[in-house]
Amino acid sequence: MLRRVKHWGPGLLLLAPTIILVGVFVYWLIIENFRVSLTNQHTARPSDKYVGFENYTNLLADPNFQHSLWNLLILTIVFLGGTLIFGFLWAWMLDKPAKGEGFFRAVYLFPMSVSFIASGVVWRWLLSSLQTDQPGGERTTGLNRLLDSVGLGFMQNDWWSNPTWGIAAIAVPAIWQLSGYVMALFLAGFRGIPEELREAARIDGCSEWKLYRHVIFPQLNPVMLSAVIIIGHMSLKLFDLIRAIVPDANTYDVQVPATMMWVKYIGSDYADAAAIGMILLVLVALVVVPYLMYTSRAEKR
Amino acid sequence: MRRSLTLIAAAATLGLTLAGCGGSGQAPAESAAPASEATGEVGVFTWWADGSEKAGLDALVDVFKADYPNLTFDNLAVAGGAGSQAKSVLAAQLKAGTPPDSFQAHAGAELQDYIDADQLEDLTAFYTENKLTDQFPKDLIDRLTVDGKIYSVPSNIHRSNVVWANVEVLEKAGVDPNKPADSLEGWFADMDKIKASGKTPLAVAGTWTQTQLFENVLLSSLGVDGYNGLWDGQTDWKGAEVTKAIEAYKKTLSYTNSDRDSLSDWAPATQLVEDGAAAYNLMGDWAEAKFAQDGKKAGTDYSYFPMPGTAGVFNFLADSFTLPVGAPNPAGAKAWLSTIGSAEGQTAFNKVKGSIPANTTAKTDDFSEYQKSAIKDFSQDKIVSSLAHGAAVPVAWLNELSTAVSKFGGDGNVAALQDSAAATAEKFAK
Repeated sequence: MLRRVKHWGPGLLLLAPTIILVGVFVYWLIIENFRVSLTNQHTARPSDKYVGFENYTNLLADPNFQHSLWNLLILTIVFLGGTLIFGFLWAWMLDKPAKGEGFFRAVYLFPMSVSFIASGVVWRWLLSSLQTDQPGGERTTGLNRLLDSVGLGFMQNDWWSNPTWGIAAIAVPAIWQLSGYVMALFLAGFRGIPEELREAARIDGCSEWKLYRHVIFPQLNPVMLSAVIIIGHMSLKLFDLIRAIVPDANTYDVQVPATMMWVKYIGSDYADAAAIGMILLVLVALVVVPYLMYTSRAEKR
Repeated sequence: MRRSLTLIAAAATLGLTLAGCGGSGQAPAESAAPASEATGEVGVFTWWADGSEKAGLDALVDVFKADYPNLTFDNLAVAGGAGSQAKSVLAAQLKAGTPPDSFQAHAGAELQDYIDADQLEDLTAFYTENKLTDQFPKDLIDRLTVDGKIYSVPSNIHRSNVVWANVEVLEKAGVDPNKPADSLEGWFADMDKIKASGKTPLAVAGTWTQTQLFENVLLSSLGVDGYNGLWDGQTDWKGAEVTKAIEAYKKTLSYTNSDRDSLSDWAPATQLVEDGAAAYNLMGDWAEAKFAQDGKKAGTDYSYFPMPGTAGVFNFLADSFTLPVGAPNPAGAKAWLSTIGSAEGQTAFNKVKGSIPANTTAKTDDFSEYQKSAIKDFSQDKIVSSLAHGAAVPVAWLNELSTAVSKFGGDGNVAALQDSAAATAEKFAK
C-alpha cells in the first residue's frame, strides 16, 4: 500500500495545486454559472427561484439575440475565410525559396504580438464611418479618407455602422492580426512535406496543379483543421476587439453574444447573462471537443 | 531528488490551503460612533475620474478634509463608459459583501435595484439629524423617497433637455440665435436652413446620447404628463401619440451626423458644435463645464436653450451618495455624506462640475450665468425624470430600450421600435 502511494503520491501532490485551482476557478464556476442561468435573477434584487430552461427559450426566441447569433455567424465566416486565404497565400509564397523570407515572415507575424485592445483603438479611427460625400464630410478620417485621396472614393463605406454587414468590418482588423499566425501554421505544414514526395510526383509526370491537388493539400489537412479550430473558437469568443472599436457596448449593429452578455451583466440581468455564457460555452465546445477527440485518437494510433 | 520534489509539492499545497483561509474577517466598525468623532479611512466609490468631474470631486474632498481633519479620504474612482465600468466593479463588490464606505449612484429608479437588494442603509434619521429635509427642494426629496425612506444624499442636479448651439453657424445659416425654436416643427425648419448652408444641423454620439435625444423628443412631443405616463403605465406605448413621437425622432435623427456611433462619448459630439462643424447638440448641462474649460463665452461663442417644445420643463437627473450595508467605516461615511449635503460642500463641488446644488441654502453668487439660469428654472419648472440616466426606470429596462433605440439608428423602422418599447414596458411595469 505504502509503496503504491510512494508511486503516485508525489505526482499527485505536485499536480494538486493546479487541480484545485482549475477545479475551483474553471469547473466550479461553470457549474455556478449554470445554476444562475436557471434562476429568475433578472435584476439586482436577490431572487433564487428556479425557472428551468425558461431563460434559454426566451433568449433563443428573442429577435435581438437571434440577430447577435447571425452576426456571430457572419463574423466567423469572414474571419475564418480571410485568415485562411491570406495565411495560405503568404505561406505558399514564402515556401518558394524567396529572398528575404525571414524578413517577410516577421512582418506578417508581427501584428499578432499587438493586443486586440491596442489595435482596436487604432482601428476605431481607421474604420470611422464618415464619408467625404456626406454632410460634414470634411471631417472624414481613416480608411475612407485614404481611399478618397488615392482616387478610390467610390469604395468608401460605413464599415461597422452598417446594420446588416457591419459585423464583417470587425473581421477586417481580426484578419489583419491573425493571418500571420495561420501563415506560420501553413509554413510549418509545407516544410513538413519531404522534397522527395514532390520529386517523385514530378517524375511520374504530375502537373503543378495536380501535385498540389493530390500530394500537398492532403498533407496540409491536419494543419488546416488546427487553423480552423483555433481561429473559429477565437471568433466565437471575440469580445475585446469589438469593445475597443465600438465605443458604446450597447450598439445593435455589431452585437454578438459575447457583447450582449456584457450588456445584460451591466444591467444586473445576471440570469440572462449567465445563460448567454452557457450558450457560448456550448458553441465553443461544439468546435473544440470533436477536435480534441480527433487528436487524442490520432495520438493513440 | 524524489524526496525534495515531494517536499516542494507538499509545501505548495500547504501554502495554497493557508492562503485560502486568510483574507476574510475585518469586523465592521462600531456604527454608533457619531460622525464628528470618526477616524480612519473613508473609501468613496465614484466614476468621476477625469475632466470637470474629477475637478469637482477634488474640490469636494478639500471641504471634507477641512470639516473632518481626523479622516483620510480614499479615492476609489473607476474610469470609463459613463459609469458602466464602475457599476460592474461595484456590483461585484456588493455581491461579495465588501462594499466601499460610500458609493455614487444616480438618484431615482437606478437606486431601486440597490434598495431591492437590501444593499443600502436607510438614511431618513441622518436627514432629520442634519436638518437636510428642509434644505433640499421638496420635489427632489419626493423623488428620493421610497416607501417613506430616504437612501441617498444628492450632491448635484443636472438637466438633460438642453440644446447647445454654435452662434456663428446659426448666423451664417440665417437662423436667429437669440430666438430659439419653441416647437419641434420650428426646430426642424431651422435645421433645414442649416443643412442647406452645408453644416451638420445636429451632433449626436453613441447609443446613450441617442437615448437621451430620444427621451427629449418624446418629452417634447408627448408633453409632461404623456412622458411621465410612459414610465408608470398611464401612457399607452402602442398609441398613435407615441407613433407620432417616434416619427418625430426619426426626422430628428435625419439631421444628425452619420458617424454618430463612431464618436467615443458625448464630448466629441459637443466638440463638433464648439468647432463649428455642427450647429446644435442636445446634451445634459455637463456640456457647460466643457465649454467653460475650453474658454468659450456664452452668448458670443455658444448659446443654450431648452429642447424645443420643453420650455418650462426640467428633465432632471442627480448624482447621489449612499451608505451601503456593511460599510467598513459607517461613521466616516456619515461624515462624508454630511459634507456632501452641506451648503459649503455643494457650492465647492457644483461650481466646478457645472451642475447646480441640490441644497437650496448653498451659496451660488459666483456661479456661471448658465448655472444661475438653471437654478432659477429648477425652482419654478415642472420636473420630470431622465430616462437615459437611470432616473426614470431601472437599469434593465433602460438597457433594453437603449438596444431598441440603437437598432432604430440603423433601420429606422418606427413600428419595430414602438413594438419593442411597448414589450419592454410591459415586461418591467409593476
